[in-house]
Amino acid sequence: MASKVLHAIFTDDDILMQAVKALREKKYSIDEVFCPFPVHGLDKAMGLPHTRLAITSFLYGLVGLAVATWMMNFMMIEDWPQNIGGKPSFSYLENMPAFVPIMFEMTVFFAAHLMVITFYMRSKLWPFKKAENPDVRTTDDKFLMEISVNENNVQAIAEVLHENGASEIKLIDNK
Amino acid sequence: MSHYESPIRKPLVTGDKSYHDVTLDVVRPVEGKANKSWWVVFSIALIAFLWGLGCIIYTVSEGIGVWGLNKTVGWAWDITNFVWWVGIGHAGTLISAVLLLFRQKWRMAINRSAEAMTIFSVIQAGLFPIIHMGRPWLAFWVLPIPNQFGSLWVNFNSPLLWDVFAISTYLSVSLVFWWTGLLPDFAMIRDRAVKPFQKHIYGILSFGWSGRAKDWQRFEEVSLVLAGLATPLVLSVHTIVSFDFATSVIPGWHTTIFPPYFVAGAVFSGFAMVNTLLIIMRKVSSLENYITIQHIELMNIVIMITGSIVGVAYITELFMAWYSGVEYEQYAFLNRATGPYWWAYWAMMTCNVFSPQFMWFPRLRRSIMFSFFISIVVNIGMWFERFVIIVTSLHRDYMPSAWTMFSPTFVDIGIFIGTIGFFFVLFLLYARTFPVIAQAEVKSILKSSGEKYKKIRAEKGEDAKLYDEPEQEPLPDFSAQFNSKSNS
Repeated sequence: MASKVLHAIFTDDDILMQAVKALREKKYSIDEVFCPFPVHGLDKAMGLPHTRLAITSFLYGLVGLAVATWMMNFMMIEDWPQNIGGKPSFSYLENMPAFVPIMFEMTVFFAAHLMVITFYMRSKLWPFKKAENPDVRTTDDKFLMEISVNENNVQAIAEVLHENGASEIKLIDNK
Repeated sequence: MSHYESPIRKPLVTGDKSYHDVTLDVVRPVEGKANKSWWVVFSIALIAFLWGLGCIIYTVSEGIGVWGLNKTVGWAWDITNFVWWVGIGHAGTLISAVLLLFRQKWRMAINRSAEAMTIFSVIQAGLFPIIHMGRPWLAFWVLPIPNQFGSLWVNFNSPLLWDVFAISTYLSVSLVFWWTGLLPDFAMIRDRAVKPFQKHIYGILSFGWSGRAKDWQRFEEVSLVLAGLATPLVLSVHTIVSFDFATSVIPGWHTTIFPPYFVAGAVFSGFAMVNTLLIIMRKVSSLENYITIQHIELMNIVIMITGSIVGVAYITELFMAWYSGVEYEQYAFLNRATGPYWWAYWAMMTCNVFSPQFMWFPRLRRSIMFSFFISIVVNIGMWFERFVIIVTSLHRDYMPSAWTMFSPTFVDIGIFIGTIGFFFVLFLLYARTFPVIAQAEVKSILKSSGEKYKKIRAEKGEDAKLYDEPEQEPLPDFSAQFNSKSNS
């Protein structure tokens, strides 16, 4: 038998937050909430874990720094050392002041781009990706909550949603 | 739910705006038809762009000799334009990144357009070094790849190469920062679109953004980290642009004050350009409730402060030239202020140091017409600043027999006008097809900073309910529905 979900529409972020808190108090888990803008505290109230994207960005930055160091050491010191303007390329450390700008730029380049790519992959965002918000109003001013239900708890959950101000509630076959 | 903001703070969104009103106001220019004045301005910009394109083609086919450069003044008009355009770009990143880190919420109404300005002006800036190469099809030689005769690499000691890395990192990071912020707003337009073609296009542009709670959590984290990365990046970019000059041994260029001086000047000129663009845009696209007088006033204060920093830098340069005791250095500055290019120097001083001081007067900095006027004056002044730094330092060098003057040819002027045209072509297209206000972000501050909600709290106290009671559909019997065959 196909599983089913409830779709509840809320007209305001404050009402949504009340409903989220009420459901969490009763130990129901919320599958998903679709919002038109970032609602502060929603991730915590839903019990979502922290995102680790900032940590990945730091690690990518280290990779960028390492790549820049390796690249300039190879090109300027090892492969073809040049004496430019009376400043010969003896060792990476002695020439490093001139390499600092590009070490910095490549750190930023890697940290920014690879983090954004990670974000796009994790959140499944790319050109020609089909949008998955069930109701088009959720990018305008409505909030949609999705909760999986079974035969025994469907009515109880629907009542909690209704009491906490859901304006529309629908039972949907989960695909 | 607390949406507290001190009641003495002026609302950032005026008028009785609800979430849905924000949507309608932002999509209006996109869904509506262009009016006559848009077509007029667009046509003028397009003609200027095509004229510039013609001049570029002429330069590339004939050679750099068609410019006004000579053996003494080997850098002039083109590099002036390059630095001018890069500088203008800086305000966009300052608004979107630095003001985000400082939690300045007024940035939300202007960051989208300011970042668009950044990207479009860095594109203009990037054109100049490439054209100046003379053989632009060899532009890939600046990349760290070996040449065809063996592994001779690019010179990483050269500030010009640092510039390649700085500008390309800056352009690409600004672009992804801008685009990531655009995704939810493109999704909003996509979900409202009625015509299939538009729905398809905005569907592609929005990358399938659905607005899940987890997406928003990541979105906010990514925005914060990108702001943290873009802030030192934007400072580094103009620092490195100033190294193009400061690491040389030319009197008037060889100074340690250049990096902070250039960064302040960049922010100064960039904010002026933001004011120029947004004062027109708020009128044309009826966005006066979002880009308020308060926004213009705050930008004018930034212009005043950065203009004063630039003024201090000018005076420091003069002082250091005198105090250094180096006669070449002293002559370079004496020649700037009193030599044959005295008019450019004093135009720069008047426009950049004197004119922003009017902004000390609240009446003037709250006047739309006056702000617009000053923003144009500052843009002109900052162009002259770069011209003065570059040309007056070169035209009278160490060897008096080589002293000469620089005058631009019609090709020099044509390419500059062409880039202004290209910039406005891009910006005008943007204004008709993109969500010009970061509407998702504005919605997130509407309850704390919107006039409507501030009024409710002022009347009913801080704990007042900031929403209308929802109209609820009656609750159906879901238990009965559950096992019935189909209910999509």
